[in-house]
Amino acid sequence: MAMDVNGVSIETDEEGFLVNLSDWNPDVALELAKGESIELTDQHWEVINFLREYYDEYQIAPAVRVLTKAIGKKLGPDKGNSKYLYDLFPYGPGKQACKIAGLPKPTGCI
Amino acid sequence: MSDDMDFEEGGAVKKFMFVNRKAPYGTVYALEGLEVVLISAAFDQDVSLAFVDDGVFQLVKGQKTDGVEMKNFSPTYRALEGYDIEKLYVERESMEARGLTEDDLLVDVQIMSAAEMGDMMAQQDVVISF
Repeated sequence: MAMDVNGVSIETDEEGFLVNLSDWNPDVALELAKGESIELTDQHWEVINFLREYYDEYQIAPAVRVLTKAIGKKLGPDKGNSKYLYDLFPYGPGKQACKIAGLPKPTGCI
Repeated sequence: MSDDMDFEEGGAVKKFMFVNRKAPYGTVYALEGLEVVLISAAFDQDVSLAFVDDGVFQLVKGQKTDGVEMKNFSPTYRALEGYDIEKLYVERESMEARGLTEDDLLVDVQIMSAAEMGDMMAQQDVVISF
């Protein structure tokens, strides 16, 4: 599959994850979010940017449990909990937020 | 070592050791082993990792994989702490035979002799080798 962002064709896999992680930019994120019917707010971007930093440092997309804990550590307990993250990303902060952030599907995520 | 892997709800926590014996690139064992370890973290078991033979190379700092066109996944070992996997054991003999010291490794580990490693393996319920 492919989607068009600013006239550039971006390839995605059958689940909508980027094939080439280097294709990501904020406009690509907006397009990916549109496919998930999510309108990105500052709160979404905070999680997306966190995920991109995590991936940059560890080269993996974190498991939801690990993400939740790490967000809590960095952004505070009011954000490091399942309810907050699922409100932002209803189909799962692991899968949906990673997709919009241009990361691969988290290891062990079905 | 036990054959029955009991993941039933309320089941007892078992001691799992993943033994890494191979160099990080050239075969897929190291990467696959690491992925299994990350997944195992979801089952709330008592997980440890052992690095012996060429497996100690998996933890060496400064890996550059451009030449072999494989992803450098060594930074992922530093994520293990966040997964509550903190028991990393390195066999001293394997490390020294390869001219390495603890300072060459990218994560905090416990160094132990081959004999101590053997004892550690004997205490496990499940030992899985990669």
